Formats: sequence, C-alpha cells, structure tokens
Amino acid sequence: MIAESGHYALVLALALALIQSIVPIVGARWRDAALMNVARSTALAQLLFVGASFAALVTLHVTSDFSVANVYENSHSLKPLLYKITGVWGNHEGSMLLWVSILALFGGLVAAFGNNLPLSLRAHVLAVQAWVASAFYLFILITSNPFLRLANPPLEGRDLNPVLQDIGLAVHPPMLYLGYVGFSISFSFAVAALLEGKIDAAWARWVRPWTLMAWIFLTLGIAMGSYWAYYELGWGGWWFWDPVENASLMPWLAGTALLHSALVMEKRNALKVWTVLLSILTFSLSLLGTFLVRSGVLTSVHAFATDPTRGVFILLILFVFIGGSLSLYAWRAPALKQGGLFAPISREGALVLNNLLLTTACATVFIGTLYPLALEVLTGEKISVGAPFFNFTFAPLFVPLLLAVPFGPLLAWKRGDLLGAAQRLMVAGIAALVAIAVVLAWTYGGATLAPLAIGLAAFVIMGALCDLAERIALFRIPLSLSLRRARGLPRATWGTAFAHAGLGVALIGIVCETTWNSEYIGSMKPDDVAKVAGYELRLDGLNPRQGPNFREMVAQFTVTRDGDKVSVMTPSKRNFTTRGASTTEAALLTRGASQLYISLGDTSADGAIAVRIYHKPLVLMIWWGPVLMAFGGMLSLSDRRLRVGAPKPAKSAARALQAAE
Amino acid sequence: MTLWFVFALMTVAAIFAVLWPLSRRGRADSGGSEVVVYRDQLAEIDRDMASGIIGAAEADAARIEISRRLLAAADQSGRDAPVTGSLTLRRAAAIVALVGVPVIASGFYLALGSPRLGDFPLVERSRVADANQPLANLVAQVEAHLEKNPTDGRGWTVLAPVLSRLGRYDDAVRAYRNAITYAGETADRRADLGEALLGSAGGVVTADAKTEFERAVALNGDDAKANYFLGLAAEQDGRKADAAALWQKMLAKGPSDAPWRPLVQAALVRVGGTVPAGVSAPALPDGAMAAAKDMSEADRGTMIQGMVDRLATRLKTNGDDVDGWLRLVRAYLVMGERDKAISAQADARQAVANNADRLRQLNEGLKNLGLDG
Repeated sequence: MIAESGHYALVLALALALIQSIVPIVGARWRDAALMNVARSTALAQLLFVGASFAALVTLHVTSDFSVANVYENSHSLKPLLYKITGVWGNHEGSMLLWVSILALFGGLVAAFGNNLPLSLRAHVLAVQAWVASAFYLFILITSNPFLRLANPPLEGRDLNPVLQDIGLAVHPPMLYLGYVGFSISFSFAVAALLEGKIDAAWARWVRPWTLMAWIFLTLGIAMGSYWAYYELGWGGWWFWDPVENASLMPWLAGTALLHSALVMEKRNALKVWTVLLSILTFSLSLLGTFLVRSGVLTSVHAFATDPTRGVFILLILFVFIGGSLSLYAWRAPALKQGGLFAPISREGALVLNNLLLTTACATVFIGTLYPLALEVLTGEKISVGAPFFNFTFAPLFVPLLLAVPFGPLLAWKRGDLLGAAQRLMVAGIAALVAIAVVLAWTYGGATLAPLAIGLAAFVIMGALCDLAERIALFRIPLSLSLRRARGLPRATWGTAFAHAGLGVALIGIVCETTWNSEYIGSMKPDDVAKVAGYELRLDGLNPRQGPNFREMVAQFTVTRDGDKVSVMTPSKRNFTTRGASTTEAALLTRGASQLYISLGDTSADGAIAVRIYHKPLVLMIWWGPVLMAFGGMLSLSDRRLRVGAPKPAKSAARALQAAE
Repeated sequence: MTLWFVFALMTVAAIFAVLWPLSRRGRADSGGSEVVVYRDQLAEIDRDMASGIIGAAEADAARIEISRRLLAAADQSGRDAPVTGSLTLRRAAAIVALVGVPVIASGFYLALGSPRLGDFPLVERSRVADANQPLANLVAQVEAHLEKNPTDGRGWTVLAPVLSRLGRYDDAVRAYRNAITYAGETADRRADLGEALLGSAGGVVTADAKTEFERAVALNGDDAKANYFLGLAAEQDGRKADAAALWQKMLAKGPSDAPWRPLVQAALVRVGGTVPAGVSAPALPDGAMAAAKDMSEADRGTMIQGMVDRLATRLKTNGDDVDGWLRLVRAYLVMGERDKAISAQADARQAVANNADRLRQLNEGLKNLGLDG
C-alpha cells in the first residue's frame, strides 16, 4: 500500500501542478483575488503530496521492498541503513523524484512566505514554477517512474553502485539539487516579470536572497562533489573538467554573476533587464546540467543512467523552457522600465565588469563542454576537450576577475574613485609583492607562474581584509572604537569579505596542489618503504576483512617522519559480490592543510601490490575556500535589512552618466 | 479496499486545496506593493545613518532617489485596476478542480499503477518464504552463505544450476564463473556457463557464450550441450550448412538412446539438414534439457507435462509474461496438442490485450511459431 499510495500522491501532485499552471494566470489576467490565491494553496498541497511520495520511496528502500523495480535494481537487504536511504537518490528515478521534491519545496516556500509580494506577481511566479514542475512530473511518470512494480519480487536486490556507497552520496546530490533547483525561483520571478511587463521593487527585494540561497547550496554541493571524487575515485585528482562537473560549474558561474547583478538591482534599482536575462540563463544552465547528467549523452565517471527516450524527453523540456523563456525575453524585455544611471567607474560598474568576466568564463566552459558533443553528433568524430583547453581559456579570464575583486567593494555607488580605491588597497598590493618574493626565494628555480598566482591570492585575501579595515577605520581611530564599529557593520559586509577571501584561499590551494604535488607510484611488498616529501611509509602488511556487503583487502602503512612515528594509514580495496564490482578506498592523512594520500592498485602474483602515494601540500585549502564563500553567503543571507545602496552625491552636474543598460 | 479509501481521501484533500481559496470571499488581501518597499527603504536609511554606516550626504542623496521612485510607484498603483472577484470565474475554476483532479489522477494512475499488488517488504517476505517457498528460501540461504564464504566452490556448483533454472541468468553466470574458479574447470561447467550466458542474452549465442562452448569442446569433444549450442551459434550466424554438419556428426557419434537426440533432430530439420531415420520429437525448453538428460522416456514425458502444466497455471495468475505464453504455445505444439495451443494463443491475446507493445511482441512470436500468419 505504501508503494501505490506514493505513486498516487505523485500523480495527484501532477494534477495539482497542472491546475496551478493555469488557474492563477487566468486569475491574474482578470484580476480575481480568489483565483490568484489558488496558486498558494495548490503549491503547498503539491509540496505535501510530493513529500509524501518521496517519503514513500524512502520507506520502500529502507524496508527492502523488492516488489518495486527501483528498489530491486538499486538496493540490497544487507546494505547499511544509511546507504539504503541515500540509495533513494543514487539512481536515476529516485534522483528525479528528489529533484521535483526540492522544486515543490521552493514553490511551497514562496507560497508560505510570499505575503509581502504583490498578489499578481506571486500568482505568476507560482504558475511558472508549476509549469516547470508539470514538465518534470510528466517526465518522471512517463519515462522514469520509480514506483513501477514487479509481480514476482526477487529475493535479493541488485545493490547500489559501490562507488556511490559512501557518505558523499548523502550530502552531494541533495546540496547540488538545492542549488540547481533553487535557481528555478529566480527563473520563475524573471518569467513572471516578463509576463507582467514590469519589475517592481518587491521583485528586486525577493530575487537576491533566493539566488543567494541557491548559490550557497550549489557552492557547497560542488565543493563536496569535488572532495568526494578526490577521495573515492582514487586518482588523487579533485577536478577533471569532466562534462558533468562543468554542468554544475556553468550554473555556478552564471549564478555568481546573477548574485552580483541582483545586488545592484536591489540596492540601486539598476541592471534590471540584464538581471532578468541572467536569471533565465542560470536556470537554463541548471536544466542543461540536468539534461547532460540524466540523459546519458555523456560517457563519464558520473554517467550511470542511460536511456535514449529519457534524453529526448529532457531535450524537449529544455527546448520548451529555454527557447520559450528567451523568446519571451526578446519580446517583452524592451517593454520593461529602464533602471537607474551610474558612471563607468563605480560599484555598479565594477559589478558589471564582474558579470562580463563571469559570463564569458561561463561561455568558455559551455563551449568546451558542448563542442565535443556537437562534433560527435554532426560528424561522428569523438574528441575530448580536457584540462589544457580550460587552463588556456578559463584561467586568463579569472586572473583579471581576481585582480578586480578587491576594488569592487571599495568603490562608491553611482560614481566611484578608482585612484582612491587603489590607495586604500596599497597594503594588499604590498602584501602580494611580499608573498611573491617569499615564495620565489623559497622555491628558487622552480615554477615561475606559481609564485605570481600565490601573490594574486594574497592580494585577494588582503584586499578583502583592507575593505573591512577601511570600514571600521582600523588604526585611524582608537582600537576600542574600531571594534565597536566592527560590531555595528552589517552582516552583509562581513559576508562579502569572507566570500571574497574564500576565493583567494581556494586559489592558494589549487596552485600549491598542482605545482608542488609529489608522488610515488610503484609496487610494494610487505616491509617495503616508500619515501614521499620527507615522509617514510612502510607497508606493514595486507589483511582481508569482511564488511557488511563487501570484502576488502586492507593494507597497513606506518608513516614516519625523521624517525618519529606520525600515524598509521589503512587504504583498502573493496569487492562487492552482488555487483561483482570493486572500489578503492583511499587513505588520507591530514597534516595542517596538507594531506598524504594512499590508494591501492592491483596485486601481482608475487604478493606485491601497486601503490600510489601522493603528498598534496595545502590541498585542503581548495575546499576551505568554497566553504568560506558559502559561510559569507550565509552571513549575507541572515542579514534581513533592506538593502539600500546610498549613492555618492555628485560634485559637479557636468559629469556624464552612463545608462544602466 | 483500504487502498481505494486512501486514494479517495487523498483526492479529496487535493480538490480541497483548490476549492478552499475559491470559497473565501475576496478579502482585501492584495499582498505587498512597491510603495511599501520604498517606505521601508526610507526607514532603513535613517537607521543606517544613525548607526554610522553611511554619511549624511550619502543618506540625503539616497533619500532623494528613493522618494522619486516612491512617487512614481504611488502614481502607478493608483492607475492599476482594482482587484475584483468574479463568481463565474470561480465556479469555472471549481469545476476544473472537481473534474480535472480526479480525471487526471485516475487516468495516469490506472495506466501506470499496480493497485492489486500489496507491499512486500523484506521482513514479510522472509516469513512467507519459510512457509510457501522452501526452494527460494534455500537459495537465499545458500547465497547468504556464499556471500561470506565466496571461495566455497561446491556451494557455487550447487547454486548455479538452480539460479539458471529460476531464470536468474546473470546471477547464474556469476555463480558458474565462481564454480569454475574455485571448484575447477570441467567441460560441463563451461557448457553450463555458456548456456546461462545464452539465457541472459535472451537466447542469442553471444561471442562470450560461444567462447565458453568452444572451451567445453576443447575439454571434451563429445560434450553434447556444447556441441549442440555451437551448432545453434552457426545457425544464428546464418551458416546453416555448418550447423547441420555439426548436428549430423553428433547424431552419428552419440549413443542411440541419448536424451538429446530428439532435440538435435528437430534442430536439424529446422536448418534443412537430412535426418537419419528416427522420431521427430519435442524441442524442450533449453533449461530442461540438462535435467531431462538422465531420465527414462516415460519419466521425461511426465516431467514435460508437469512443467507445461506449471507454466500454464503461472500464466493464468500473471498474464504479462509474453515469453511464457510463447513457450506454452510452442510446448503444446510440439506435444501435438494443437487444440490446446490454439486456446492458449487466445488466452495470451486476451491477457496482454491492454498493452500494445506486448501484443505486438506476442503476435510476432506466434508468427514465428507458424500458428497463424
């Protein structure tokens, strides 16, 4: 009964979404309050039903009900409880159900907390939300139904892909989906604004926090995914420019641009039309990401779902929503009210520069990801665009962006003073030069670009601190007064500083890991010793062990440095009988921000085992950076003040102002 | 019954979600407006200035800007049409909900759902298994045992044919491989592995399966199963002459009372080879051949009859299995019971009539059996 009730709840959610797609729009057209309010209760009811449906699927997985095909194919009665639960979204059907559940959650949030939105705007937003939801309910019910049954339930399930049997699966997909789907809110707002033909202040006040929330989740989701790939896949890499990774990076880049342009819109009432376009693009890229991952057009480490009918269906959704919203934009955008004016050198100007660079970076990733696909479709030729392409295109775009980051917050709204900002950044510049000199001296004769990159990172971090110091007038007024001012600073300001500093932190990690990474690859027998980066690793022995649904071969290494025992590391190789698959469990030893990493290869006939040992200096900073960014985002999100960007008053009326769009 | 009651309750709840706002008389709930936001912004500027975040000059500039927008917004909202309520529209919406929700929901659910299937969680299943499914339960026990002692070659050897007969070919393939690894390689095991591979490929002799049969023949040139399937491989490749030659050699060399004789003869007829004098008798389903190997003629007849009856009973309760129907019809045909075959054919058509895909599959299969055109 649980399975069938869950199925029926999903079908009811579709029925409600279809009503929610039409009735509120009709209501808005004829200005009928009751009809417009239907959107609200249906959105909440939809959330209830999808939630029930999702809960039903989780229950089925937990109780190992193999009469449900989805459970049979992806679960096993011996699997630990955690993986029984995470296995729900570790497969195509379940992950799509999670996708729509989150979509319904966001719709429900707008319905529940949208009291201060104009009635017709809320009706439009929820209706657009319901269009997206209807499309995906249909997709799930027709091509990827998780509630299909087996008349003769098998005794045992086929188990979950062993690579996915990891705590990472509990966190990464939900986070990523909260990010992807979160952008649907700004998309719905954008389309609603286009339908209504106006963007008002309430619109602007709403879009930024929702975008910010989605952005925080996406940032954490990507970082988490990267760390998971790092320790689970056993290659020691953390970013492969894999199409699936790019699929999540593109919405992140567009979303970051959107975040900044939404800020300009909320504070200064400018860049409205551009923000609408970015909202559409960001969610379109999220949909594209879903398509790339879910249709199976890519063959990559992540692609575990393949079925052409699904691909065609998602492609159709993609065309309807992206094509439709962009056509609507082309048709209605000219009718939207133009926003405020500002000079090219101003906070707004800096944010426009940020937007330009981010969207261009996003475009390069887009090309690098889709060009090979397009080429394969057209000519049948298979090429792969890898790290070299992205290093040559993406990096040159990020360098000016990072150089500009510290300047932005120091410029005044409407008209800024670049020279003044540069003077205030003097300390950061000096710190950067010192960092370059120190690193150059330390690694004399080594890489030349790396010290410069470290200098850039130092500039970004110090720049963020300079901005804070400037605001609390550090060293210019007594310290106690400065501290009082620091307490009085809006949390949004702290958020900006943390997020920008996070960029620098991540950059340091990336540069150190790629430049000064040392490794040992070879085969070892018991009592052999490998030397890596000053550490000595002795292989004590290999022991078999029985896990709940796997057997593993555990190698024990004793790590010493200068004769002192540091720790014991136990990497292993696991064999999952049900799927006949094996996974490598790397062992990680964290020393400060650096890590030792051991992963096992195959055993040879003479009892030796292939071993890869890496020393990765400051590698953890790669993930601390995004965490810091997300923390900054949360600080900013918790700041519920109204945002007003007070303009710098004009000194002379003769100064020419630039139109916002 | 409870299930339909739950469905009805859920449907009512869904309809209620639509009707509830429609029933509320148009309160002046017009939501927030632009004017309110600008007023709040003006208040925020005062607070910012008081806490020293912005200077007086900036505050003044901001106030002027916002006031200008506030005036424009107030002007605009005065011109907007007031929110109204139309009884006709509400009634129309209510009808859409009352009719639409049940129609859409039942339409989709009846097409996709399986309302007659109850839940079957692990706990309940193992309890049922004790009473009614000793074989299945036994298999599960052996599997659990092998999960923990994967090097038990004898265990794999016992399990593999059972899995193969249960139709769990993929698992059977793995079991045979393990049996070969841990209990040693024999021609029989290789041939059985090939047969399981064939089963998992839906009856097609894949390259993998063919390799296994060839290994079996290399180990024992007279292995009947391997030789028969190598012939089948040749037939499927379109090399009918090779197939016929192989099978003729088998018939010539093999003992005269070999249980596989009728099968090979039937196959030989199929590819157009000449059959030495003898009975042209039933082609058994592949899985049963191994079992029928060591039986007397009478026993074999009983066994076949029993199998066919079991199949017929199973199909009566679950008619979705197109392959099962085809097997049944074929079995009746080879047993010479044409009337039963025709009635089974009618039953099959009826059972899968509501699924176009299966019906097509069934018709194609029937055509191949030569029952109708």
